[in-house]
Amino acid sequence: MFDISSTEWTAVLLSLRVATVATLVATPLGIAVGWLLARREFWGKSLLDAAIHLPLVLPPVVTGYLLLLTFGRRGVVGAWLADHLGLVFAFRWTGAALACGIMSFPLLVRPIRLSIEAVDRRLEQAAATLGAAPWQVFLTVTLPLALSGVLAGMVLGFAKALGEFGATITFVSNIPGETQTISSAIYALIQTPDGDAAALRLVVVSVVISMAALIASEWFARRALLRLHGN
Amino acid sequence: MMLRVDVSKRLGEFTVEAYFASEGRVTGLFGASGAGKTSLINMIAGLLRPDRGVISIDGETLDDTPTRTHLAVYRRRIGYVFQDARLFPHLDVRKNLDYGRRMNRLTEDGALWRRVTELLDIGHLLDRRPGKLSGGERQRVALGRALLSQPRLLLMDEPLGSLDEERKEEILPYLIRLRDEAGIPMVYVSHDAAEMRKLATQIAIIQRGRVTAFGGNEVLPAAHTPA
Repeated sequence: MFDISSTEWTAVLLSLRVATVATLVATPLGIAVGWLLARREFWGKSLLDAAIHLPLVLPPVVTGYLLLLTFGRRGVVGAWLADHLGLVFAFRWTGAALACGIMSFPLLVRPIRLSIEAVDRRLEQAAATLGAAPWQVFLTVTLPLALSGVLAGMVLGFAKALGEFGATITFVSNIPGETQTISSAIYALIQTPDGDAAALRLVVVSVVISMAALIASEWFARRALLRLHGN
Repeated sequence: MMLRVDVSKRLGEFTVEAYFASEGRVTGLFGASGAGKTSLINMIAGLLRPDRGVISIDGETLDDTPTRTHLAVYRRRIGYVFQDARLFPHLDVRKNLDYGRRMNRLTEDGALWRRVTELLDIGHLLDRRPGKLSGGERQRVALGRALLSQPRLLLMDEPLGSLDEERKEEILPYLIRLRDEAGIPMVYVSHDAAEMRKLATQIAIIQRGRVTAFGGNEVLPAAHTPA
């Protein structure tokens, strides 16, 4: 039962790569957006908030199709990126990472925003009176104090990216070795005669990875709490 | 040092409208709670922007509403000791004390560090986290942190306000030493006439947002009468 074939391994490794890249690229952006939503008042704030949460409520197929229209080879953004930066998303693993990043973004931003909101602004004021410029206040006070939320957001986003299916398969299809993640591999195997055993193996792998991610997030959160209170 | 404050600011149900000019080593702002003292020093610190008026130190303008001047808090070099210490919980005492120097990219000054830690008697606390300090220790560290950022003026908002009588007696001598030895002018906010008498060299009485008297100890109400 537990001879994992090379195509299955390829799907597992690809999933990990896609989710890791999606999380690492989305995190700085998530921190910036989380800070904006927590700390600034500006015109269109609720619009931005809604736009970020859209992938959570839209059917994933719709998000995937919209990605195909904008980031596809003939899409406005996709064509420009391909011509000017040589960056192609359509039917590539990078496209899977983009789809996963967008789908997991609301889950990434939310804990970050909440933890930044929870940082005592009076500490930020104290830092400013000691001569810290706004960016220094952010890097030395706000971000370290919001670290547990950032890590929680990263783990949640990573877990969501790992399991993303609908938007990814719509945008970049299901190409073994290029865009076939664990989810799309399982989907393909279920539709194949005698694919049950292989599908089950991948199910076990994804349960193990998800459990590990949750345990890791718990551990990070506890360490961050220790950093904040006491020695 | 010459501190000039001439501001007005609408705050909810009343308006702070204050004028004073002080050259004192310790300028006391004395008044009941809710009189607008904290709003006044928040304006000096730059945390609050006056609706109208001028704030200057030694001729340098910090706020001037006609020309829309408002120097950012972090550029004012004005230290602030808050009633609630506000130490950074994720940093130990040593890093809290060193914070201002790092942010202002000042070179390390071992002599100043020794002088401040000795003056405030906090040398033995350096490796502790703020969570493990007593109220009095926390306030002394906050004082040291403000001093080590090398401000040109030090604001203190009821620094003894959250301490019990015994702790107050513990900190007061440090404040008197600070006044006599540190050479940094201070603005000291309190509703306690006894504290004012011991510390301030010039006093502004604040009532309902206005300065109703300015001068030496004689402007304070007679001993044992609350403001």
